[in-house]
Amino acid sequence: MSGLTPDAIMLGLGELVKLLPIAFALIVVIELFTWFLCAKIIRTKFTLAYVMLAPGIVGVMALIVFPFFYNMFLAFSNMSMTKFLTFSASLQIGLQNLIDVFTVPVLQRTNIGTLIIRTIIWTFVNVFFHVTLGMFLGILLNRPLKLKNVYKSLLILPWAVPEVITSLTWRNEFHYQYGFVNIILKSIGLEPIMWFQDPFWAMISCIFVNIWLGVPFMMVITLGGLQSIPQDYYDVAQIDGAGGWKQFVNITLPLLRPILTPATALGIIWTFNKFNVIYLMYQGGPIEGTHILITAMFSAIFENYRYGFGAMYSLVLFVMLLGISSIYYKIAGGFKEVSE
Amino acid sequence: MSKNLSKNLTLDEQIQKRTMSKKKTYWKAGDTPLQRLFINIILIFASLLAIYPILRLLTVSLRPVDMLLTTDLRIIPEGATLNNFIALFTERDFLLWLWNSVVIAFGTVVLSLFLSTSAAYAFARWRFPGYRLGQIFVMTQQMLPAGMLLLPIYIIATRLRLTNTYTGIIIAYACGSIPFSMLLLKGYFESIPKELEEAAHVDGATTLQSFTKILLPLATPAISITGLFAFMNCWNEFMMARVMLQKNSLYTWPLGIRILQSQFNTTWGQYAAASILVAVPVMALFLWSSKYIVSGLTLGGVKD
Repeated sequence: MSGLTPDAIMLGLGELVKLLPIAFALIVVIELFTWFLCAKIIRTKFTLAYVMLAPGIVGVMALIVFPFFYNMFLAFSNMSMTKFLTFSASLQIGLQNLIDVFTVPVLQRTNIGTLIIRTIIWTFVNVFFHVTLGMFLGILLNRPLKLKNVYKSLLILPWAVPEVITSLTWRNEFHYQYGFVNIILKSIGLEPIMWFQDPFWAMISCIFVNIWLGVPFMMVITLGGLQSIPQDYYDVAQIDGAGGWKQFVNITLPLLRPILTPATALGIIWTFNKFNVIYLMYQGGPIEGTHILITAMFSAIFENYRYGFGAMYSLVLFVMLLGISSIYYKIAGGFKEVSE
Repeated sequence: MSKNLSKNLTLDEQIQKRTMSKKKTYWKAGDTPLQRLFINIILIFASLLAIYPILRLLTVSLRPVDMLLTTDLRIIPEGATLNNFIALFTERDFLLWLWNSVVIAFGTVVLSLFLSTSAAYAFARWRFPGYRLGQIFVMTQQMLPAGMLLLPIYIIATRLRLTNTYTGIIIAYACGSIPFSMLLLKGYFESIPKELEEAAHVDGATTLQSFTKILLPLATPAISITGLFAFMNCWNEFMMARVMLQKNSLYTWPLGIRILQSQFNTTWGQYAAASILVAVPVMALFLWSSKYIVSGLTLGGVKD
């Protein structure tokens, strides 16, 4: 039996046929209303701009801005699976939630301090290897090679595979007996490793998978940056007698900086937020040993059903991420540098 | 042309030209054979590391059921069969998962493009009051922790009875993709010369007419690429789908494939087969569009 019955097909089509016309009708209504408001009542010369913006703004308000503030409200409530409708909210409960975030384990045994340290290690190690390996491969690929394009398309593949498949596949390949990682370890005379059982090795395998996943992006970014460096610089350096390493430090690195800086910033935010790899590999286990901040949030909310607590916890994460990014932009000179 | 030209040069000139061109690319071509060997070895090793897990998927998907549990590392296994692929269509709901993903992705892309194209044009063309606020919003929005809005959206959807429907998740995906799509399209609209529109205005077209008649047709490639991004994002999405779709009959392929991936029993072969079938088209699309993705990500995130 293949589940795709005519009924299932009709269900999908039916919902689309209902949803899309209603959505378009709604868009038109919103536009007409905005037009009326801007042209007849406020009389602004930007009427057309606001009319064109209005549907998008309504969508963003409904699904991003409103949920954001609703989440803030939830942070001051004691909502949970059992108190889904009968919850109460007050400043006191909110403060209690905030204290809980820092004192009570986020899950069963791991508290936020451990998670923060683990996330910092996770992010740092990953981004470090993404940038160094990506830059290394990018520089090698920028040299004259016969098979350059072949290498390039092969090396970019890890980025192209859907993350869900990457994580689940690697999870299988870290199997003690049948995964190829241990088979290869054995064939070169090393002891096979119990990747699933030991939190340390589990984390190592997660980091390995995420490095495998993230290098191609940095490699492509580096290649793009290298191609914009004029060859003359290297010629002059050559005449002055600068060797390969000196050229790299004094020409390549500074000129790559403006393109690598925003890419690294993106990389930090992405790695901090990397839910799929950790969650799909071991669901944060064994014994909560591979949870990072983001996956712990998901587990606290959708597996332990602590909604009020989870909402406050997510706010704390938001503040952290905002802090990290703003510090980073200050140090690195911000996005402005790049667009110029 | 160039051949004829070089024939007319004297030998001296030719030699000079060659040494000059050699000098010019000295740094690039200056690798000694040993260095080249080294570079090639490193790149071959890295490429192997990059494709080996994908090749392994192929191997496992071709294994007959009784050969699943083996420590054999050959690429084409002994007694290779397509049984796993067949089982996927006859025994599993694989087609249903794909159908669900298609329905959701299609709805998302249509809705998202409709909402973001006109908004992007407004942002590219006018500096209206509130412009700066919009910029700040898009910047901060990128810094939301992944899944932070999942809980409120889930609760709202539950109240509105939109969980376990296509409608709910389509709306959530589409609205969530507006900021990024808008950034991409705004950059593109800004790159179209203003003179085009001004010429149209001289000919008596209104702004709305110049948008629909001139800019939209010109922007078709950019709109398709933006649509492709929105498509790939929701096609591969796991977290939101996991929360919003709990009925098996509504599972998208990332949710369904997880059922198959119970460890090393008979479904491992089916999991690998399903992964191959899903990943190959996605990878092809990705490779084809990768240069746009890079410029989109860097420019989209960067442009003030």
